Amino acid sequence: MTVIKLVYEVEKQDFVKAGQASSDIKKKLKQLGVPSETTRKVAISTYEAEMNIVIHSQGGYIEVNIEEQAISIKAKDRGPGIKNIELAMQEGYTTATDKVRELGFGAGMGLPNIKSCSDEFKIKSVLGKYTELDVQIYF
Amino acid sequence: MYKIEKLIENLQLEIVSKNIDITDMNMSGVYIGDLLSWVMGNIKPGDAWITIQTHVNIVAVAALGDASCIIIPENAEIDESTIQKSEEQDIPIFRSNLTAYELACKISRLVDKK
Repeated sequence: MTVIKLVYEVEKQDFVKAGQASSDIKKKLKQLGVPSETTRKVAISTYEAEMNIVIHSQGGYIEVNIEEQAISIKAKDRGPGIKNIELAMQEGYTTATDKVRELGFGAGMGLPNIKSCSDEFKIKSVLGKYTELDVQIYF
Repeated sequence: MYKIEKLIENLQLEIVSKNIDITDMNMSGVYIGDLLSWVMGNIKPGDAWITIQTHVNIVAVAALGDASCIIIPENAEIDESTIQKSEEQDIPIFRSNLTAYELACKISRLVDKK
């Protein structure tokens, strides 16, 4: 049963607004009294997911459902999709441009960070269509 | 825990985000890093974060990683939007002419002496 649902649109290449969705999610979880360790895991996961959408995709959205036993995060974009998910999951592997990497992004740690913060982690990608991330973080 | 006010005084840090009340703020440790994802995954709550990155996204990383403050070493130039954001989010930014290494050494001496 979903108790609270939060949905955020994320624009592609918008580095000024990037991080706003995850900051807002964190603020709301704090207000709700979610334990700080859980909040931290959600904050890291949503930030990485948000940055992935900004850096790599055509834009998308992040949805957070706060349920009784867990917080679920869904991040879905409008493509271009990931060619090789196994490679993308490797720490340090990145397809980010030099410009983006100069800003300190594109360390190749995004997906591995999300995975290490989550209790359940699912990623699905269809080339030319979308990438969808489903994550569960238990209380 | 170490008072941020004392940190500024002892290290003679330049206060970049002026519209933040730092009176009751504390720091616990120090984290140095410029790769944002790496920092997010490894910084500890309360750490003072030393980074040479100065664009607006560092504020989100600091806020999400529960950093106590951001210290910019070597007098690097800071974007105006970064300063504005830091004041909105209550994450103070300081600046120093010292390198990250020199800052960390000095902070370590201060915190250990306490």
